[in-house]
Amino acid sequence: MPMDMANKSCMPMVKAMILLDSEGKRITVKYYSKEWALSVKEQSNFERSLFVKTCRTNARGEPEIIMFDNHVIVYKFVADVFFYVVAGTEENEIALAQVLQALTESTSTLLRNSVEKKSILENLDLVLIAMDEIVDNGIIFETDSAQVASRVTMRGKDEGFGNISDQTLSQAFASAKEQFSKHMLR
Amino acid sequence: MASNAQDNHAPLRAQDGKKDEDDEEDFEYSPFHGIEKGAVLQEARIFHAAQTDSRKCQQVLTRLLYLLTQGESFTKNEATEVFFSCTKLFQNGDANLRRLVYLIIKELPPGSDEVIIVTASLMKDMTSNNELYKGGSIRVLCRILDSSLLQQVERYFKQAIVDKAPVVASAALVSGLHMLRENPDIVKRWSSEVQDAVQSRNPMVQFHSVALLYQLKSGDRLAISKLVSSLTRGNVRSPLAQMMIVRCVARVIADSQAYADQERPFYDFLESCLRHKGEMVIFEAAKAIVELNGVTEAELAPAITILQLFLSSSKPVLRFAAVRILNKVAIDHPMAVSNCNIDMETLISDQNRSIATLAITTLLKTGNESSIDRLMKQMSSFMTEIGDEFKIVVVDAVHKLCIKFPTKFRSMMSFLSSVLREEGGFEYKKSIINAILGIVRTVAESKETALTHLCEFIEDCEFTYLSTQILHLLGEEGPKTSHPAKYIRYVYNRIILENATVRAAAVAALANFGMRVPSLAPRVRVLLRRTLRDNDDEVRDRATMYLKLLGDDATGEQQEPTPRPKVLRGQNVSLAGLERCLREYLDTPMTEAFDMAGVPEKELVPVEASKPGAPGASGSGDLSGDLSLKSDFEEALQQIPEFADLGPLFKSCDAVELVEKETEYTVSCVKHIFASHVVLQFDMTNTIEEQVLEDVSVDVDLAEAEAYEEVLTIPATRLPYGVVAQTYVLLAYEQGTMPFGRMVSTLKFVVKEIDPSTGDEEEDGFEDEYPLEDVYCSPGDYLQRTKISNFRNAWDAQDPDTEVVDEYGIGQRDSLQDAVEAVVETLGLAACEGTEAVPPNARSHVCLLHGRTTAGGSALARVNFGMDRNYEVAIKLTVRGESQDVSESLHAIVAEG
Repeated sequence: MPMDMANKSCMPMVKAMILLDSEGKRITVKYYSKEWALSVKEQSNFERSLFVKTCRTNARGEPEIIMFDNHVIVYKFVADVFFYVVAGTEENEIALAQVLQALTESTSTLLRNSVEKKSILENLDLVLIAMDEIVDNGIIFETDSAQVASRVTMRGKDEGFGNISDQTLSQAFASAKEQFSKHMLR
Repeated sequence: MASNAQDNHAPLRAQDGKKDEDDEEDFEYSPFHGIEKGAVLQEARIFHAAQTDSRKCQQVLTRLLYLLTQGESFTKNEATEVFFSCTKLFQNGDANLRRLVYLIIKELPPGSDEVIIVTASLMKDMTSNNELYKGGSIRVLCRILDSSLLQQVERYFKQAIVDKAPVVASAALVSGLHMLRENPDIVKRWSSEVQDAVQSRNPMVQFHSVALLYQLKSGDRLAISKLVSSLTRGNVRSPLAQMMIVRCVARVIADSQAYADQERPFYDFLESCLRHKGEMVIFEAAKAIVELNGVTEAELAPAITILQLFLSSSKPVLRFAAVRILNKVAIDHPMAVSNCNIDMETLISDQNRSIATLAITTLLKTGNESSIDRLMKQMSSFMTEIGDEFKIVVVDAVHKLCIKFPTKFRSMMSFLSSVLREEGGFEYKKSIINAILGIVRTVAESKETALTHLCEFIEDCEFTYLSTQILHLLGEEGPKTSHPAKYIRYVYNRIILENATVRAAAVAALANFGMRVPSLAPRVRVLLRRTLRDNDDEVRDRATMYLKLLGDDATGEQQEPTPRPKVLRGQNVSLAGLERCLREYLDTPMTEAFDMAGVPEKELVPVEASKPGAPGASGSGDLSGDLSLKSDFEEALQQIPEFADLGPLFKSCDAVELVEKETEYTVSCVKHIFASHVVLQFDMTNTIEEQVLEDVSVDVDLAEAEAYEEVLTIPATRLPYGVVAQTYVLLAYEQGTMPFGRMVSTLKFVVKEIDPSTGDEEEDGFEDEYPLEDVYCSPGDYLQRTKISNFRNAWDAQDPDTEVVDEYGIGQRDSLQDAVEAVVETLGLAACEGTEAVPPNARSHVCLLHGRTTAGGSALARVNFGMDRNYEVAIKLTVRGESQDVSESLHAIVAEG
């Protein structure tokens, strides 16, 4: 696994990305480090205590940061979803914040701004592919959220996101509704 | 995107009374409610259908992935089955479906014999026109291929690295980074392509190619340093790539030799990175500068200026990053950070507790004497809001601060005692107690206050272990204080109120008072008699035994006190051996008293690895050891009957190696100073497996150290391979003097060879000698580094006639700070009032030093330092002491050194 590389190389490494709901229950996670050794129990203990440590902070505007259990963790809360990016203590905090930003913003683009536990679960395939596009086995792969979103939807970078012709009827309807309400609100 | 997005309407908000209907709501909330592995595996069969429904298949794959992210495990058979059915899906052209197939193959990697089934499909994707297929398939292939298959597709990887689509190039480069571990030889052949990729305009491709290029060259020092210097001149734009380069530069600097008068290579580059527009790069560069080996204050200054600006940023991540680096700087260069103190103080009330804690601990390091009281006050209110692990960090910092400013021990002690009374876990409480004891070790006058605080703590302590440890400590230290009687109440209260373990410890502590302070013995006897009817047998047994030792039998009649038996003096007895001997004794008619002499001594245990840190050092971070005020040495020496009458141990000097590293035997020497004796303790290790040494001793020639007289030598009976054994030499000197001199020493022993095949040793050995380096005794050995609060008062209190003044040149030094540290170290005195820290760029400095002599008197020194343009340092040493002899001895140290 690549985590052992972190010591020898100067490679910045992400140890895990974690999405929890407002009660601290796992929505989806991706661990890249061997530390948790694929033991679900250790993982959920870690998630549990991380949640307890952080749930009372106000991380809705700027992302927050915590040193916890020999990790540096940046996190941000959007609606009822808690996003965490975990790395080793010596990792560059700003690089991690960029990964977190890529994660929250691409999720938000993909879910059309309605980031909630329910919508994430309903579009879990998209979120999982997005996570895979942001970090590849611990190595930061892409931090531009627009790039990530357009790659997830399998469109080349030139086409951009939101091409009507490729949408299904209901999607088109949804985006039309959004457009409509924007006009109404003006 | 097609399938799941249909449900993408605004989710229903939970109604009121959400908590009560948790289960019901889950049902509505999650599309995965009630999901079951077996059912999903059944559903996966549709992958085999001739006409696959891509929408349905995506749903099933998502359900499989959901199970995996929830921690569901698949058996080998299940995984294989899923893998096989997934391979069928390559025939479907749906793009989203293909991405999910990639994901599932990465999550459930096939066995090496199954890989071949997907390689063809993946290679087809790799050469397709769709760049996202290309990138995706490369990343899957790198995960599943072994080296022989890799060689077949290597060509495509090389092409991919220089592909114009960034997603493809990045995929190939990152795969290269992963494959380096298993197949470095293959990846090494790609370096010219990687070199080209560095020129890419895409930020991520730049980043990945710089990372891979560095890795490829990392074995070759010269190549690396060439690469790094070309990278630093290149026009890399991406912050991530630039951050990588800063890390590489830091690594190269760390590996290269630094010469004192030479400019540090690449420092200018790091400094220029402090002005980079990416914050990521700024922090990386600041961190690299801070961690430079032997960084100077001038080099630090620009980094600290930048970091200070971030302390007031609105973004927590930036504040955190800045305060974290400054915290690190403060450990070695507290003066450099002191400019940031005002910003730091505002951070104490930061919403983010990690930031606040780092700010507090930084302030504790950089703060000056005048700010301590205020800091302690601010912290008391802050402590209740943070977690135990942070509290431990703070307590440790307070401990260190107290060593620096011993005069402020009162406010720190009261801070520690107040946090000791608050709620907290075991580790936290233990660290507080360790800190209190640490303070007692540095500031002797704080002992009684500390013991009182500890007494109050055990009045209401929920941790049995801590209570027993503190009771033991009270038993040891209490009798030596000015009013031993006042502790008896605290100890006896434990006997009335606590559980059996604590009661037993209290009985032992109480008995110690009786044995050490004869005037208290009658009172202790009365109290001990009351515990004879305790309902715990251990407590009763201890009480009975101690009463006997105190000269009292159960009937209350006064008798002659029994001398303390060997076991109680902590003799080196083997417990297993003692048990065996006692069992044998029980089988005899027991007409004679049990003879301790027959019990074997503890066997020497081979050392696994040398213990880090000198023993006896004040263990601030050490939470494992037992609580004690005595050094390890003091306890070890007390166990040797020959040294029982030497009086209290005044000081143990640091261990000095007497042989070169990696020779046949290693020998180090520790000097233990007593009022009129010196014990030379030689720790020896035998590193030859085929030899055992017997009757090992060190012969010390006193021809050049005539003030000493050899009293006796205790040889080590046996020194087998790999264990540490001791031999001692006891020297006497005239009390009150500080003799010094050089002693030529030789290791003498009998060697016996061991037959490597059988492991038996030969019967007959031969005598041999081994020359050691000289043992040197300095007048500084007779001084204890003790800090005092008011140097001026102490100075004026000394007889001015004892004053001796002289000037010395001590040669070229890197900085004044260096010179101060060297002189303080040589003199064996402690710097007082924070004068060990030299302000930056100072050309002169005054250092105030104090130490205690064996006779209990003081030795004070005022050292004026001056440095000229050529970094030549001269000192003027003014000494006052309890006698002129002492003053002259101090001068002798400098003259000799």
